[in-house]
Amino acid sequence: MKLITAIVKPYRLDEVKTALQELGVHGLTVTEASGYGRQRGHTEVYRGAEYRVDLVPKVRIEVVVEDAAAEDVIDAIVKAAQTGKIGDGKVWAVPVETVVRVRTGERGPDAL
Amino acid sequence: MTFAAAHADTGDTAWMLAATALVLLMTPGLALFYGGMVRTKSVLNMLMMSFVSIALVTVVWLAVGYSLAFGGDSAAGLIGGLDHAGMSGLGPDSVQGTVPTLLFATFQLTFAIITAALISGAVADRVKFGAWLVFVPVWALLVYVPVAHWVWGPGGWILDRLGALDFAGGLPVEIASGASGLALCLVIGPRLGFKKDAMRPHNLPMVMLGAGLLWFGWFGFNAGSALGANGLAAAAFLNTLAAGCTGLLGWLFVEQKRDGHPTTLGAASGAVAGLVAITPSCGSVSLLGALVVGLAAGVVCSYAVSWKFRLNYDDSLDVVGVHLVGGIIGTLLIGLFAEKAMTGGAEGLLYGGGVTQLGKQLVAIVAVATYAFGVTYGIGKLLDKTLGLRAGEEQEHTGLDLTVHAETAYDHGVLGHGAPVAHSLVPTAQKVDTQA
Repeated sequence: MKLITAIVKPYRLDEVKTALQELGVHGLTVTEASGYGRQRGHTEVYRGAEYRVDLVPKVRIEVVVEDAAAEDVIDAIVKAAQTGKIGDGKVWAVPVETVVRVRTGERGPDAL
Repeated sequence: MTFAAAHADTGDTAWMLAATALVLLMTPGLALFYGGMVRTKSVLNMLMMSFVSIALVTVVWLAVGYSLAFGGDSAAGLIGGLDHAGMSGLGPDSVQGTVPTLLFATFQLTFAIITAALISGAVADRVKFGAWLVFVPVWALLVYVPVAHWVWGPGGWILDRLGALDFAGGLPVEIASGASGLALCLVIGPRLGFKKDAMRPHNLPMVMLGAGLLWFGWFGFNAGSALGANGLAAAAFLNTLAAGCTGLLGWLFVEQKRDGHPTTLGAASGAVAGLVAITPSCGSVSLLGALVVGLAAGVVCSYAVSWKFRLNYDDSLDVVGVHLVGGIIGTLLIGLFAEKAMTGGAEGLLYGGGVTQLGKQLVAIVAVATYAFGVTYGIGKLLDKTLGLRAGEEQEHTGLDLTVHAETAYDHGVLGHGAPVAHSLVPTAQKVDTQA
């Protein structure tokens, strides 16, 4: 199994969710996040004083899938989140040792 | 000033009752205007500094303040007497001009209140609350009361002897609060992280609401200073609207040219700058003069607010940049734009009066600014040596809301700007089970 984490622009969240549902991904977790990459931040001006805001609002989407599905899921997220402009985000995958469904105690891929 | 009429005029009294309530509303308005500009961790403290000023100044005003400011002159136009201490000798039948004296005293009280509250903007986020509670009444007695006597008291040296003009408080309110704010922020020093950390206004809609309430109340402030329901009040009313508008437009114009964006904070600040500048002049300039006064203040103050970064004084919410500078502009421009039809005599340079009036205005400005700065600096130093003026470093980092008032303004996420992460604290007064 793989944990796929995607940091994307907040307004692309709906497209990503729809794309994952179409792929048959049954669940995901979304958190509000702040950060910067090559986009850096932006500048705000209050009474003439400039403030650099380094941390830009993003959403972090996390989803655990079977190994075989990982590449398709990653592709779907990238396609849905892409605007072609700087600040589109990152997607990465890491191996997951075990998953347990809390309600039933099922383990491994059955718990997904 | 006491040309006794046997009875109060009902029309004048009705207007002055309303005007007094309008001016009192300006202090909660100021609280919101300032409160929106600070960070989330000290907004309640900011609001509290204004609200306690209402209570503190009222008490000292009724005890001796009114009498010393508006009682009979006892020393060459410098200070009044104690004949009305505790409002003694004043009852429902006492008349000042054409309104009850008790109403006149209350109207003047609302000016003293907001002037003290204005200073809090210069020392936002870092003043020890106990020290503020002592500062306000002491400052009201030692700075506001004498200056109000100089300007409006019977036999006061600025209006009655020198002949400088100030219709609604450019000197005792705007210049005195601005110069005092500068002194106090120099004594207390800059906020932790000044010029390093982003100190963004946390709630601009709150700032706009506060500016709106200030503007609304300002009609009572300026038109009420006619002390009657008459044509002069109407002229002052219209001048107040006009100058607020050109101040707003002037500030936005500069922002668009200089920064590339017209901002809500700029609109609110520009309107207030215009209103500050028209305060002394609303009863002595024509409508054209008012438009120029407001515009000048909007443009100049939009630059003046950034002097603090170059000169290294942390006048946090720009009491100097808006009130001192705007107050000087408005008081000085009387010397150019004063019109006989408004003043009943004195004329400015542009209306054939020569430079005499301008000179008188300048003398009054220098005297009030110097006095307010010097005495406030002294009060500040004395408080700093005795009670301590500045909150502790940890208090300032965590925010005064939580550390002084044991409250937080908002229930916010941990990534909120400057938010104290403190909601896991167990309340000591009453344990509340938040899991239920």
